[in-house]
This record gives sequence, structure tokens and C-alpha cells, in this order.
Amino acid sequence: MSQENIHSIDNNSTCINNSNQKESVMGNIKYLLVGVLFGIVFVKAEIISWFRIQEMFTLQSFHMYGVIGTAVAVGALSVFMIKKFNIKTIAGEKIIIAEKKFTKGHIYGGLLFGFGWAMTGACPGPLFAHLGAGFTVAIIVIISAIAGTWTYGYFQDKLPH
Amino acid sequence: MLEQIHQPWPWYIAGALIGLIVPALLILGNKNFGISSNLRHICAACFPANIQFFKYNWKKEVWNLFFVAGIIIGAFIANYYLTNFDAVIIAPQLKASLLKYGVTNNNELLPPELFSFKALFTLRGFILMVVGGFFVGFGTRYASGCTSGHSIMGLSNLQWPSLIATIAFMVGGFIMANLILPFILSL
Repeated sequence: MSQENIHSIDNNSTCINNSNQKESVMGNIKYLLVGVLFGIVFVKAEIISWFRIQEMFTLQSFHMYGVIGTAVAVGALSVFMIKKFNIKTIAGEKIIIAEKKFTKGHIYGGLLFGFGWAMTGACPGPLFAHLGAGFTVAIIVIISAIAGTWTYGYFQDKLPH
Repeated sequence: MLEQIHQPWPWYIAGALIGLIVPALLILGNKNFGISSNLRHICAACFPANIQFFKYNWKKEVWNLFFVAGIIIGAFIANYYLTNFDAVIIAPQLKASLLKYGVTNNNELLPPELFSFKALFTLRGFILMVVGGFFVGFGTRYASGCTSGHSIMGLSNLQWPSLIATIAFMVGGFIMANLILPFILSL
């Protein structure tokens, strides 16, 4: 795969802002509020519990499967309704959802992320929630994750995709 | 009602609320749900180092950093004001198997024997936090997304690459938790 292709694929998957609307600082506060709700759910449903993640990967509890399964069902129904009824954003824009383009990175990277998920008991969201919930040592894990992303960026052209 | 808020929430309430984040972000401003991209935005903002991958207009994605700031605040609120359980519920088999490795404290969401500044200076703590964190950051970007971007947003939009990514996440997790983690914990 040519270099240009790698970058275009990647830009597709990372350009997750499909709005042309320019947001002010105050405009961004609404995303902060959605984040607050998400953070509360993370803690209250023990999704950020290292124990819960171990239970999931050793099939000792249904909890996480229930959480993810319900989230996908509700999310899929919402996306279906948005498309079916052509629901617009509050600013009146047409809603666009990025298509995902497959690369072999989905498999290699996915496996590596799975390792990290089972080790830290956290995917990227819970990583930040750990910090908020008072586990100050999470800052080390976050810095390490940022270093991981940076290293990927550095070697991207040399990795199989 | 207040009592119920203070107890751990059941999976169907949590799952439904997380699922609703997908349409909430779309309707509020055409934003696709995803979190791991923030790690890239932080690199792009702080350490671009002339790397092609970090040369893009990260300021356009600043909403995502606000979203993450919200997660940190929400977790703080939940932990300090909305929680009064004494111990985290864990499966008895898990409790028994962790006992073998001296991991006995389940009063909090993370076992302090493995995740604390003290544990950082043990071999297994270092591996779990530093190497594990590196895998999370490297792997999610290599896979172009994490649990939120692929497993929830991607699957909600019926994207088959996201299904493959999700299967890879799970396979990786199963291999680590069942085959490799016991070795790391015994270090």
C-alpha cells in the first residue's frame, strides 16, 4: 500500500468531526457535559474496575457483555432512526457518520490494544476516568499511552497495514 | 431513588446511557463518538516532532478534549459524591485466583497491590501500568480506534472493519488475561 493511501485511510478514521460549524469555547461546553455523564456512568457501573475487565476476559461475569451489548443496541437503533428520519444537528446540518476503511492494522493493532486492555483494565476512556476517580497513578498509564500513540506515529510508514 | 444512585448501577442502565452518547454527539454537532483520538491530539498539540501523522489541524478536534475533560470531572463527581459501597463486587473464582498472587484488596476499583505509585516500583506493577499503557496507546492508533470508536460507534453504524477490530480486541484480551497475565502476576 502506498504511503499516500495509509495517510488518507488514517485521516478518514481520525477526522471524527464532520461539522463545518465553528465551535466557540462555550459551544464546546456541551461536549464536556456529555463527558461528565459518561464519566459518572463509568464509575457507577464499575466499567473502570480492573476486576470487571478480568471477569469479562475470563467469562466469570456477564456484566461487561451486558453493558457493551446494550450500548451497541441503543447506538444502532439511534443511528438507524437518524438515517431513517433524516434527523439534523441542532445547528441544522445533515448528520454524517464516517465510514471505516479496513486495514490489517485493525487486526495487529487490535490484538495489541486487547493486551493493554486486559493489563491495565482500561481502554482509553476509563484511563482518564481512573484519574478523575482519584487514582493519581493513572497519569503514568496515560503518559505511557500517549508515548505509545507517538511511537505508532513515528513508525507508521514502516508498519504493515 | 437516592439510595439507588449510590449503589452500583446495573448493566442495562449503563449500557443504554452509553449507547445514547452516540446520537447525543451526532445531534449536538455532527461528532462521531471516539476517545483514543485524543491521545493523538495531545501528541499533535504537544510533541508533533515534524511527524507526518501529527501534522493536522488538531484544534478542529478540540471538542474531543473537552469531552475527555468531562469524563475526568464525571468520574470525580461519581467517586466522591455518588458512591457509598464498601467493596467492589467481584466473582468468587476471580477473588480466589487473585489471592494466589497476593492481590487481596478489592475495596476500590483498582487493586492497590498492582496500581499505585508503590506498585510502580515492582516489576509486575511496572509491566501492567507502563507496558500496558503503551499497548493501549500504540494498539488503538494502529487499529484506528478503541472500544468507543469501533465497538460502540462503528458497530452502531454497522461497519464491518469495526467488527473485525472488536474481535481482535477481545482475542487480545482473552490471550492476555488467561495465558500471559498469570505469569506477570507471579513476578
